[in-house]
Amino acid sequence: MPSLKSLRVRINSVKSTQKITKAMKMVAASKLRRAQEAAEAARPYAERMASIMASLSAAQTGSDTAPRLMIGTGKDQVHLLIVATAERGLCGAFNSSIVKLARRKIEELTAAGKTVKILCVGKKGRDQLRRDHASKIADTVDLSKVKKVGFAEAQEIADRVLAMFEAGEFDVAHVFYNNFKSVISQIPTVQQLIPAMVAGDAVNAGPDLKGAIYEFEPDEETILDQLLPRNLSMQVYRALLENAASEQGARMSAMDNATRNAGEMIKKLTTVYNRSRQAQITKELIEIISGAEAV
Amino acid sequence: MAAESVRFELVSPEKLLLAVDAEMVVVPGEAGDFGVLPGHSPLISTIRNGVIEVTVNGAVTERIFVAGGFAEVANDKLTVLAEEATPVSKLDRAKVEQALKDAREDFDDAKDDHAKARANAQVEKYTAMLEAAA
Repeated sequence: MPSLKSLRVRINSVKSTQKITKAMKMVAASKLRRAQEAAEAARPYAERMASIMASLSAAQTGSDTAPRLMIGTGKDQVHLLIVATAERGLCGAFNSSIVKLARRKIEELTAAGKTVKILCVGKKGRDQLRRDHASKIADTVDLSKVKKVGFAEAQEIADRVLAMFEAGEFDVAHVFYNNFKSVISQIPTVQQLIPAMVAGDAVNAGPDLKGAIYEFEPDEETILDQLLPRNLSMQVYRALLENAASEQGARMSAMDNATRNAGEMIKKLTTVYNRSRQAQITKELIEIISGAEAV
Repeated sequence: MAAESVRFELVSPEKLLLAVDAEMVVVPGEAGDFGVLPGHSPLISTIRNGVIEVTVNGAVTERIFVAGGFAEVANDKLTVLAEEATPVSKLDRAKVEQALKDAREDFDDAKDDHAKARANAQVEKYTAMLEAAA
């Protein structure tokens, strides 16, 4: 039976932990709102870009001169996996679920005899992947000093990926991130970046031209050449934004659970504390009474 | 069916910057400036560094500097996708000059082709910005 004092200390320590987890939950909730707003704000650009992409790729399919970013190098020997995770922990299964998905893909690809290279975005993913795939990590992007992910960061990552692609270091690129569905549900997602995928539904999203066709200035190829790198940055940006929102969502629900658990623990400990206090009083009373009777 | 105005939207990856109905919008296209009036035929064009001019009621109401991007015209609607856009009135000459100087230094320091190309793009951007600010 623990002493009354140790119980009291324990209850107090759980109480202060609960205060911390509660505060973290509130912080995550407000950050989540901001992250969601950022994700909303990026949507118009992404949509317009997708519709331009769709109009252009319709004109380009089947052509041999299409840029390599769109049709790929014609091989799929070397795969680059961009694994985007968080910089911090204490957000439930957020980081592990991305890493788990990435690991599965790595195993699949290695089993098929392909070469895998990893580009880690975020510290947590790198730490987990370093354990068994250290030799495959080609590069790491550190975002720990960035408070709010902006397009500049995404562009930097995209630039690195492009430089690697142009140097012929890989053939196919995928990005791994958590898609934000709701506060309690984030779905780990893989998306192919290179060769660029044109979403099927985007084809219908283009404006109805009433029979007219687009003029291209200077010409389709030049536009595609410029559009594709930007599209890549945009996809990376979107992944980062989704990730940011998911991270805060995951942290919020993890901290909510922790707060609730702490509450339950306090309740249990308080019951034990009260029982043992009463038991001690009863014991003391019995001692006094039996002492008085003996006189 | 000629509408009275062109719907002009300027979007950056971070947000929708501007959405107005304009009489005419002049866009600095890669192959030369072009004005978009109601009834313009569908067009997709790349944009060079330059200034977009929005005309409402016969007067230029907005002058915005954009550093490259895309313009799409369809159904009396002009959408400009730009990564960087700054109203000309907010350009600070001194700051731009400084940035241009830095970019030139970067260009001189650049070691490989990739860094050089990047620095050169920056130099071009700030040169155009300086012109716009004048």
